[in-house]
Amino acid sequence: MSSISQSVRKLDHLAKASGAAKYVEDIVLDDMLYGKIVRSTVAHGKIRSIRLPDMPEGYSAVTAADIPGVNNVHIVQDDHPVFSGGEVNYIGEAILMIVGPDKRQVAKFARATEVEYDLLETCFDPKKSDTTFYEYGYEEGDWREAFAEADEVIDEEIFSAHQEHAYMEVQGLIGDYRNGKLTVRGSMQCPFYVHMAVTAVMGMKPEDVNVIADETGGGFGGKEDYPSILGSQVGVASYKVGKPVKCVFDRREDITCTSKRHPAFMRYRIAIKDGKMTAVDADILYDGGGYTTLSMVVLQRGLIGALGIYKFPSYRVHGKAVKTHTVPNGAFRGFGGPQTFFAMELMMNHAARKLGKDPLELRKEYCAKQGDMSPTHGVYHFDIPIPAMLDQLAEASDYHRKVKAYRNQTGRYRRGIGVSSVYHGCGFTGAGERDLIKGVFKLHKRADDTVEILAAAVDMGQGVKTTFRKIAANVLGLPEDRVIIVNPDTARVPNSGPTVASRSIMVVGKLIERAAKRLKAEWKPGEDQLITEKYVHPDFMIPWDLATFSGDPYPDSSWSTNIVEVEVDTMLGLTKILNAWGCYDVGTVIDENIVIGQMEGGLLQSLGHGGIELINYDQSGRIRNNSLSDYIVPTALDVPSLHVMFHKSEYFNGPFGAKAAGELPNVGGSASYIGALECALETDLYQTPFSTEDTMELLEGRRNG
Amino acid sequence: MFKTVRMTVNGKAVELAVDERESLTDTLRERLGLTSVKKGCEVGECGACTVLIDGVSKNSCIYLTVWADGHEIITVEGIRGKNGLLHPVQQAFVDEAAIQCGFCTPGLILTGVELVNSGKKYSRAELRERISGHLCRCTGYENILRALEKVVGSESD
Repeated sequence: MSSISQSVRKLDHLAKASGAAKYVEDIVLDDMLYGKIVRSTVAHGKIRSIRLPDMPEGYSAVTAADIPGVNNVHIVQDDHPVFSGGEVNYIGEAILMIVGPDKRQVAKFARATEVEYDLLETCFDPKKSDTTFYEYGYEEGDWREAFAEADEVIDEEIFSAHQEHAYMEVQGLIGDYRNGKLTVRGSMQCPFYVHMAVTAVMGMKPEDVNVIADETGGGFGGKEDYPSILGSQVGVASYKVGKPVKCVFDRREDITCTSKRHPAFMRYRIAIKDGKMTAVDADILYDGGGYTTLSMVVLQRGLIGALGIYKFPSYRVHGKAVKTHTVPNGAFRGFGGPQTFFAMELMMNHAARKLGKDPLELRKEYCAKQGDMSPTHGVYHFDIPIPAMLDQLAEASDYHRKVKAYRNQTGRYRRGIGVSSVYHGCGFTGAGERDLIKGVFKLHKRADDTVEILAAAVDMGQGVKTTFRKIAANVLGLPEDRVIIVNPDTARVPNSGPTVASRSIMVVGKLIERAAKRLKAEWKPGEDQLITEKYVHPDFMIPWDLATFSGDPYPDSSWSTNIVEVEVDTMLGLTKILNAWGCYDVGTVIDENIVIGQMEGGLLQSLGHGGIELINYDQSGRIRNNSLSDYIVPTALDVPSLHVMFHKSEYFNGPFGAKAAGELPNVGGSASYIGALECALETDLYQTPFSTEDTMELLEGRRNG
Repeated sequence: MFKTVRMTVNGKAVELAVDERESLTDTLRERLGLTSVKKGCEVGECGACTVLIDGVSKNSCIYLTVWADGHEIITVEGIRGKNGLLHPVQQAFVDEAAIQCGFCTPGLILTGVELVNSGKKYSRAELRERISGHLCRCTGYENILRALEKVVGSESD
């Protein structure tokens, strides 16, 4: 094990264990008021009238008319309003904010606000949507011919449903406008995203807006784009009332109006000729929800991964993201990847059964190799360790014996074992790092010879403060306590980019490593020194071209294999996870405890999406289960001990050889879980989650012939 | 209707006039500044607001402050030793990296303190049961179980 992998005490642990850590709900500013948002109760409509209740002095309503700049929140495009400009496109869309000194009164006045709508036609089925947000595709070889010549075609539709982030800390921000300057602070992943959005909404100069990330209680992608919307809302509110305004959601509100993982309908066709898979044709449909938000890039990542880790002689991948009148879907750990990987992994299981092969062995047979052309006509520049990782897990889990033992089971309890092999492309998709983010990092050595890390990365639990400090301290040869890192605010730190895409360690960490090496070489005791490093795009990459959807979308990938073992109670339909293994290649592990924690947590989230996490919309477009009683996330009782292991590798262009980690474990867990269910129930399945109710329906269908 | 409540909070006698409808979470956070008591759901689903009431872990968000009259309340701010050292459960959470975003941590630590005070030892299966009222979305629970096993585990590694 590399010495940097040895775990250290996490930087934020004392504050968090002692209750001293301050999250946005814990911060009270002088004269601070509270905001409560009045939200649309219809999925699509034009606002006909708004009737406010009588409110005493000190209470007011903040609406679109109060916005000093533009009424559009910049995310990728600029189509999500701050407050509705007249039309609403999903239940939960913000119409106005009631602001005042007493939280309970504010909530009461928000409830008493009456909004009347002229209802417009709704669409909740993405297959029937008439609005396509984005559409891309790519192909290779004569796939049409391959299907025409095929002995057999597997033609299936796989579905991956919504998933709710369920970060334990709900969304919340404070806007504080005074003396012509605005501060927005609170729970977020991307201070500079908020900064850019709020600056335009406020019509202010960038230097007059400061965004501060406070302790952030979990993100998982849910706090990537949403704080740009809420930050704009509290900014406008504070500007109107001239006092700080805090708006923290309650759980039901949070689930109702914040982003989810995109539901995806994925039709896959596989051509089989002479016992070989000769072509794949994938048609992907992502439900974008009411506004575009992040769908463009989520769809891109989904399509790039649509053929999984495999190499096929010919293929066509086509996909689009469309509008429905539901809450906009956005970033969720894996960012569009988990959906298509899930579909491809299920297709591999189904193909294995058709071909009379073992699913694990079939994966090894079709796995791409270093030097191969990638699906998007780039190149796999580095080793693909999947076959070795599959063997490692097969041995650890006793896979081959169990697969045999679990055939032709009878009786009430039946066991199954499932496998997945996936990757997560490291960092931003396409040319994002080079063309959009252009990360800048600074290392500030003070006269007292302490060194401060100046970066925009937010520690939302993934431990980035600790790992950043570790990288700098290791290069500089300094004790860790001589290296300082605090929560970022945009007035103090350069824009090293958002805390997304598993990019912090590989991309920003590399800048830290380079800056620290330079500082070490130029070290002048007792002097103030400032080192600046800028992102350098790796020159080995085949340039990404979005128009043709071709090139290297990522410099390298992190690799993951999972094996899950379940036991199904065929009387009750209940599925118990007996064991779950994950083998991961994240390059050099920067702190073992931290990365193991990431892998375990991500795997559990993915297993949750396999069986119990289900968002349920009613016919009016309302989420029915907007509480943690009804939207079930796994407890300690719902999961067995998770077995995490690593495949050793080093990425030459990452700090100490590290590459992406955070999202990887969220990609393949549900596929291996559903694979285990397929094994136990001896059938092909087509969706995630596959719930107890789904199992009962399947078993009852069998009983009834 | 306001009522006077006398209770002990982290070893100190407290007397307050509170609205009968006020939850103990709000009283502790907003009147006494004990912000380690977290609000994750406010309806007793997530366990983030757990406090000890006469040594027993309870969701303070669904516990009315008026019920606390005459009782002893402990939050994470009140569990350090007299010398300022971390409580063994806190220390185990730090040592085992059982904390990620930190939002569920104070509640889980207090459940851990309750287990320590019971004087019993617990198997991993029993610990899973005992912490199942706490939702954690970051960890997968493994490192939390490792931390608790260090202090109250019956199966040594």
